[in-house]
Amino acid sequence: MIYTQSPIAIGLFCFFVLFVLGLSFYLARRTSTADGYYAAGGNIHWFTNGIAFAGDYLSAASFLGICGMIATAGFDGWMYSIGYLAGWMVALFLVAEPMKRLGKYTFTDALDSKFNSKAIQLMAAISTLVVSVFYLIPQMVGAGVLVQPLLGMPHWVGVCIVGVVVTIIVATAGMASTTYVQFFKGALLLICSSVVVGLVLFRGLGTDPNQGDTKEYHQFQTLQAEVTNGSLQVAGYDVVEGLDSEFGQEGFVKLSQDGAETVWHLKEAATGYELVEALFVTKMADGTKLYNGAPKEDGKFFAVGHIKEITVDGKEIAQTGAVGPLEFLNRFKDSTVVLWGKKYVKVGDTTTTIYYQKPTPGSRILRPGLKFKVDNASGLDKFNFISLMLALFCGTAALPHILIRYYTVPSQAAARKSTIVAIAAIGFFYILTLYLGLGAMTNGVINITDNNMSAPLLALSFGVLLFSVISSLAFATVLGTVSGLIVASAGAVAHDLMDNFLGMNMTDAGKVRAGKISAMVIGGIAIYLGIIFEGMNVSFLVGWAFAVAASANLPAILMILFWKKATAQGVAASIFVGLTSSLGLILVSPDMWIRYGLLPQDAPVAFNSPAAISIPASVLTLIIISLMTQKKGAMVEEGAEA
Amino acid sequence: MGHGPAVKLGKDNAAAYKSKIGISMFFVYTLTYFGFVVINAVSPALMEKVYFGQTLAVLYGFFLIVFALVLAVIYNHFCTAAEARLN
Repeated sequence: MIYTQSPIAIGLFCFFVLFVLGLSFYLARRTSTADGYYAAGGNIHWFTNGIAFAGDYLSAASFLGICGMIATAGFDGWMYSIGYLAGWMVALFLVAEPMKRLGKYTFTDALDSKFNSKAIQLMAAISTLVVSVFYLIPQMVGAGVLVQPLLGMPHWVGVCIVGVVVTIIVATAGMASTTYVQFFKGALLLICSSVVVGLVLFRGLGTDPNQGDTKEYHQFQTLQAEVTNGSLQVAGYDVVEGLDSEFGQEGFVKLSQDGAETVWHLKEAATGYELVEALFVTKMADGTKLYNGAPKEDGKFFAVGHIKEITVDGKEIAQTGAVGPLEFLNRFKDSTVVLWGKKYVKVGDTTTTIYYQKPTPGSRILRPGLKFKVDNASGLDKFNFISLMLALFCGTAALPHILIRYYTVPSQAAARKSTIVAIAAIGFFYILTLYLGLGAMTNGVINITDNNMSAPLLALSFGVLLFSVISSLAFATVLGTVSGLIVASAGAVAHDLMDNFLGMNMTDAGKVRAGKISAMVIGGIAIYLGIIFEGMNVSFLVGWAFAVAASANLPAILMILFWKKATAQGVAASIFVGLTSSLGLILVSPDMWIRYGLLPQDAPVAFNSPAAISIPASVLTLIIISLMTQKKGAMVEEGAEA
Repeated sequence: MGHGPAVKLGKDNAAAYKSKIGISMFFVYTLTYFGFVVINAVSPALMEKVYFGQTLAVLYGFFLIVFALVLAVIYNHFCTAAEARLN
């Protein structure tokens, strides 16, 4: 539709893949011990580890998802950036150094360091696998989605390429190769995103988003209509669906001119109506989809995103010219930007999704409320919002694939310093996401049916070369995050379950072999999941991963560190309750009810984000069970380091 | 048991001190973050008010990101000094 397959993108991606594979085979020759395989020998420099943290953490969800959300919902999308970054402060102040001090290869080691409890080993390993698989599925599906427009290959090929490459990366040198893949990916992501933002600022804001004179932006029309004898009359057009139709009842009309149908948004004017051009997707009874009345390949469905008015010092201007970062936001605030609303009209078995223009003041876009219900919201809406922000805050420091990076550095001071580098790199990137999102919003590049490609398409407006670089980088982004997830999962299976829980007492070489075999099996499962979930919007699974990690893992980690009376039974029960309560609440939430094909208002619970209930439930469980098992359980002798 | 660090760590006499300032700074940042969340939830219109040419929402968002880094650097400074003094 809007995408261009680029040989440069294919070439760059192949180069990156060959580079990381070469690096993995090189490092594999130096990785023969379990310490080397699971923790990169514990001698990674803190700066390298900090950037690798960024490469591990900034998944496709951050790069593509957040930019797309900001491009369509403004500040509300950026709130995810703020929440994700804030979570790193929990990691720095409370978790980083104790995690390094107590653990060896996996975060289960740290939880179990003072207990040697089978129950903790089992529950923490299950929690690691659940969180990692939830995180893994959207990455794999995302790889398949990316490969279609970028490389012109089918979905399953993309999934297989990522699955096989990542499995090789992890199965050859484990954490050593994973670290360097994440380091290069993190560094490239920061550099390339900075370049795009620099170009966005240099271009400035304008009312004609002609994409650098390379592509004509669709000029949206406005028509005048009159009502004669109760029916709508539009000069030059035949009215297909008028005021009394299902379209009319929703505030739209369908017109026809030379056999081509168009949909228009009705606005009452002094005399009759003003009709504002809309976009529409028609889903027929047999599942066929038409975009603006034609098949996708016809290219009649165009990119959107433009500014209606820019006001500077009380005067309207067409173009700001180059602006600085703060001036960009200032000018944006004083502009009127055309956002897009969405409505559904059902006629018989045909459903039409209509995207209509919503001119919105920039100052309204740069405040919360376009995505989250916070204006005139009920108590439940506010609870839902606060619960989501709590999950983002508490989830980061409990993600197993992030925590295992603490074992790759030589000391607690290095763990701390690498977290600070991560905060600087991730914080900087999240500032860039605001400019990337607003840049896409105003440069006519948004595919309104799928905003995930907003950042690469913004790059396309600056030329094919930058698009190719950003696109191949988006694909490489998946590689970095998935390799971290597979290392975490392989550690949970080989180290936590096989070696510790089942007591297989493997030799050092045996542990490495078990890790490699586990990585290959998990890689195979990841490929399978990526293929069977094709076509499903599974990005919500990342949200699940955060909610489950925040509920199941964080209370256990913090209470072990800071509460002397925590017992093994209390910790294991807390993980179990956090895991099951967060998952259970998600499964009966209104969002899931929609996915089951039911009405959201019929869902047993009225909120989507479980963290504000499941985290306290997990903490309470730990306290109650620990107090009940003081004599039976092994007590923590020391708290926070007291 | 396969627990214990992958590399041998020396005894860290500064750990208690670092933990103490870590907890203090954690509460400072948590209050700042949840102040942002509560204003967004309770009074979103306030976030549209303009100060220094920007909406309060943008200013507060930037502040949270920059404040995170500033606190992190201060924390590291105190921790490094304590490690040099006590170890």
